[in-house]
Amino acid sequence: MTTYAILTEDLRKTFGGTVAVDGVDLAVPAGTVYGVLGPNGAGKTTTMRMLATLVRPTSGRARVFGHDVAAEADAVRARISLTGQYASVDGELTGAQNLTLMGRLLGHRHRAAVRRARELLTVFGLEEAADRQVKRYSGGMRRRLDIAAGIVVTPALVFLDEPTTGLDPRSRGQVWDAVRALTDGGTTVLLTTQYLEEADRLADRLAVIDRGRVIATGTPAELKQSVGAGALRVRVQDADRRDEAERILADVLAQPVHHDDDPAALSARLVDPDRAGAALRAFTHAGIEVSALSVGQPSLDEVFLALTGHHARPDTAEEPLS
Amino acid sequence: MSIVPVPTTAPSADPLRSALASGARPARPGAAAVTLAFGWLALLRIKHVPSQLFDVTVFPLIMLVMFTYLFGGALAGSTGDYLRSVLPGILVMTVTMTTQSTGVALNTDIGDGVFDRFRSLPIWQPAALIGPLLADLVRYATSAAVVVGAGTLLGFRPNAGPLGLLAGAGLVLLFAWSLSWVWTSFGLLARRPESMMFIGMLVTFPLTFVSNVFVDPATLPGWLERCVEVNPVTHLVTATRGLMHGEPVAAQVGIVLLTCAGMVAVFAPVTMRLYRRER
Repeated sequence: MTTYAILTEDLRKTFGGTVAVDGVDLAVPAGTVYGVLGPNGAGKTTTMRMLATLVRPTSGRARVFGHDVAAEADAVRARISLTGQYASVDGELTGAQNLTLMGRLLGHRHRAAVRRARELLTVFGLEEAADRQVKRYSGGMRRRLDIAAGIVVTPALVFLDEPTTGLDPRSRGQVWDAVRALTDGGTTVLLTTQYLEEADRLADRLAVIDRGRVIATGTPAELKQSVGAGALRVRVQDADRRDEAERILADVLAQPVHHDDDPAALSARLVDPDRAGAALRAFTHAGIEVSALSVGQPSLDEVFLALTGHHARPDTAEEPLS
Repeated sequence: MSIVPVPTTAPSADPLRSALASGARPARPGAAAVTLAFGWLALLRIKHVPSQLFDVTVFPLIMLVMFTYLFGGALAGSTGDYLRSVLPGILVMTVTMTTQSTGVALNTDIGDGVFDRFRSLPIWQPAALIGPLLADLVRYATSAAVVVGAGTLLGFRPNAGPLGLLAGAGLVLLFAWSLSWVWTSFGLLARRPESMMFIGMLVTFPLTFVSNVFVDPATLPGWLERCVEVNPVTHLVTATRGLMHGEPVAAQVGIVLLTCAGMVAVFAPVTMRLYRRER
């Protein structure tokens, strides 16, 4: 029988008149990485805050390792650690002091807490910055310290709220390594993200959330299959010829073509990657100069479009194309 | 579910994996241990931002010197005589005014992600507030030491000696600590640190000036005299003067202790309720 780290039934949260979470059902098997994907304001953070006992559900139920988040908050707290979207460390303190504080709050004596802090600082490559105030850390260092603070005592379940938003690729890779190491040790990870690539690399299963509801669940492969193998993005040299290019692209790919905010850009679902070459040839034939053409995974916006029929909100960060 | 620890004797190629494997959870800490940890945090923050100590060092010094020489001649005939009665008053005044910064600091910090982390820990939650309040006692004691030290240099000689000094200062610190709970409540209610500061001024100015700190209430108009008489700060000043100069003030000390108990009994639960509130 599967043990579930998280089980929610029809979880709802209303703030005043605003519905933030509108009936979420999640089943997160223990020992897995579960990704919650969605744009800003979709209800990801509120869902996580309910599961971490910080916010009480308006209705519905949520259990963490069988313990109700509202009725047995302490039992839940003894099994989780939370790394929020905004650094959950004290900027005035040094890295070492932050980790020592966490150790003491979790029950270590001062000396043991200091020892554990030094160990983790070394592991996360922060030993040289150990005695520097955290407000002088770079974003990546801060985030690593944040994650270290979450594992001073190895938790059964780790919540990571958008752990790599705003990080450079190298720091992002380090965070990903840490997440994999956590699951190797048996810890369950629930992470929210706006990046499909991140969800794809890390998560065993995904839930896509939009406007407070789960609109799709499955493995990353299943999710991508439902959207299409990939996306073709084209930027024409002359924005005036975009309409012409759009007709050609629609013809070659046999797919609806979308306009981007950029007046010279187009994108379309790419079922067969070989058709990208055909599209480029067709542009050349028509004399349309193309300044950029790329094939990539569907962006979060495209996943949304496919799943919901509407665009993710405009402030949503797009997955960087490689 | 339980985490299966990897035997630490097995060589691990990956330091992160071995660090995770050695992160066994110690026994749940008691309320006292957690409170001390939060107090340690607050002291570290003072250490990193020593400018926080300005209001408990420079400010009392200015108040003491300024009022002693400004009013001393006019109100008591000489600065030496005035110092005898005004020093305990200045002590009460400066420490009382300092207490509101507790609320301002809490209001500033509460929005930080770090408080989310504290609130999701399996700990005795009031510690996150009581710990910093204990560290505040260090700030209040610094303020008291500055006033008494400077006063001694200016010629303040209490009749009851060092013990009376300690008893008087101790009572002031107890009052300040109890009053801090009022500020933690307001600090959690206020939307912005600026509004908390405004509320603080609005309360502490009349509370300290409409009292017997500077003048004999008998010289005031009747209605104002009655305001002064019911002001708890007046009782605190009378009690502190009495303790320092060896005069009988048991009744005033009793009133002060009751006021302290009342403030904690009402505002500590209010603070905790507001702390647990969702934000």
